[in-house]
Amino acid sequence: MFSLEGITTAVQDWLFIKFNPTLALAMECIIVILLAITLFAGLGLVLVLMERKVAARIQIRLGPNRVGPGGMFQTVADTLKLIMKEGLTPDSADKFLFNLAPFIVMMVAMLLLAPIAFAKNFQIWDINIGVLYISAISSLSVIGILMAGWASNNKYSLLGAMRSGAQIVSYELSAGLAVLTIVVLTGSLQLSEIIAAQQNGWWIFKGHIPAVIAFVIFIIAVTAETNRAPFDLAEAESELTAGFHTEYSGMKFALFFLAEYINIFIVCAIGATLFLGGWMPLHIGSWEAFNHIMDYIPSSVWFMGKTFFLIFVIMWFRWTFPRLRIDQLLNLEWKYLLPISLLNLLLVAVIAILGWHF
Amino acid sequence: MFLKEYISDVYNGVTSLLKGMRKTGYYFLHPKEIITEQYPDNRATLVLAERFKGEVVMPHDANNEHACTGCTACEIACPNGTIKVVTKFDITPEGKKKKAIDALVYHLELCTMCNLCVVACPSDAIKMAPTFEHSVFDRSKLTKILNKPASKIREGIE
Repeated sequence: MFSLEGITTAVQDWLFIKFNPTLALAMECIIVILLAITLFAGLGLVLVLMERKVAARIQIRLGPNRVGPGGMFQTVADTLKLIMKEGLTPDSADKFLFNLAPFIVMMVAMLLLAPIAFAKNFQIWDINIGVLYISAISSLSVIGILMAGWASNNKYSLLGAMRSGAQIVSYELSAGLAVLTIVVLTGSLQLSEIIAAQQNGWWIFKGHIPAVIAFVIFIIAVTAETNRAPFDLAEAESELTAGFHTEYSGMKFALFFLAEYINIFIVCAIGATLFLGGWMPLHIGSWEAFNHIMDYIPSSVWFMGKTFFLIFVIMWFRWTFPRLRIDQLLNLEWKYLLPISLLNLLLVAVIAILGWHF
Repeated sequence: MFLKEYISDVYNGVTSLLKGMRKTGYYFLHPKEIITEQYPDNRATLVLAERFKGEVVMPHDANNEHACTGCTACEIACPNGTIKVVTKFDITPEGKKKKAIDALVYHLELCTMCNLCVVACPSDAIKMAPTFEHSVFDRSKLTKILNKPASKIREGIE
């Protein structure tokens, strides 16, 4: 049976036999960095194409279909175009911050990759405060966006960045509370333990209705946190031209664009890990034969399937709902999502203490 | 009562959002709904809407007869002087003079496809055709004479 665990163990064993431990560790680090960069580039290409195809289907169009079979190489061509383009820096911009901002956004996305379990025992860093780490790091991306908006010296950029700041700071709360419900149920902040606790069923099934509510709130909050429609006030191309990245061009623009998609992937991966069992196969109670067949599907396929399903749901939101106004956005968070998620957390705590979950 | 209103707000919001998602989800799962026309690849099978207005034409039947009486209603209706009706007088078999068109000159380059001439025509002699490939290298080619050479007015149209 195919498993990524086997490959990593083989590579590690071979490195430690051939070289001394320090050198082997350094080489492992380089391999991990290369893999992460490859994953980023690949995901960027795949997700942009997927978004365009999903958008086209939802809007009764065909979408990209000229470059390669079924438009497969459209995003590759677009990326080549962006690489060729000149990365302009406006005259009155703060040059240092302006050029630094896209890399900050990218770096935050890369840091978030560390604690995610892509398959069984295939994780860069199984930190024991994984959930805390994720919620701490994901709030840093607002710095990159504010930096871009401020350094551009453009009123549209600044307005977009300020909106984004208000939005991310508000929605982090309900995203955090939704994540906390799972932490309460599991009793651990470590992602591998959260996944292990879902051996006999995913939390969305085991946690009754409160877990479903938490899942819905989580999806809404992370859609807002990644600045995607219907919460894309930071970009709002019809109001603010392009919001915080109005002044960016060429590869620096591509980095913002890439970071948006990587962030979607990461939040969906976290959602899949917390609520849908990560790489755990779907097991139904005591159906031994069914469970056995499900075990034959590799864990990496399970993880990617769940993640891409959530990504599809978020894309579905984007192409269905109209954009919220800033006051509606803050109303939704402070009047609806936050009180509901607080009440929900209380309910989950009661369930966890009394042991009512399966 | 505040709580009741609050819960019904949430309920109404969620159900209306789900309704929208159901519609778009239906479109996603049903590719046969796609309405994109792959022009110019499908030039032979191109389907255009009935209401599409590309240019003014004058339909002629098999006997090379049209329905235009030369009343100049279209010329008067046209807001930007696109149509010019040149009339002549035919001699009927009874020896009477009858007004008829010599040429209905149509300037496609001036036309805004507003459809007012078609609406104004009392004998439905002109209509809008769904053609759109009008590009030419010489502007004078866009000035068209709508009635065919040697065509006559159909019997019984006054």
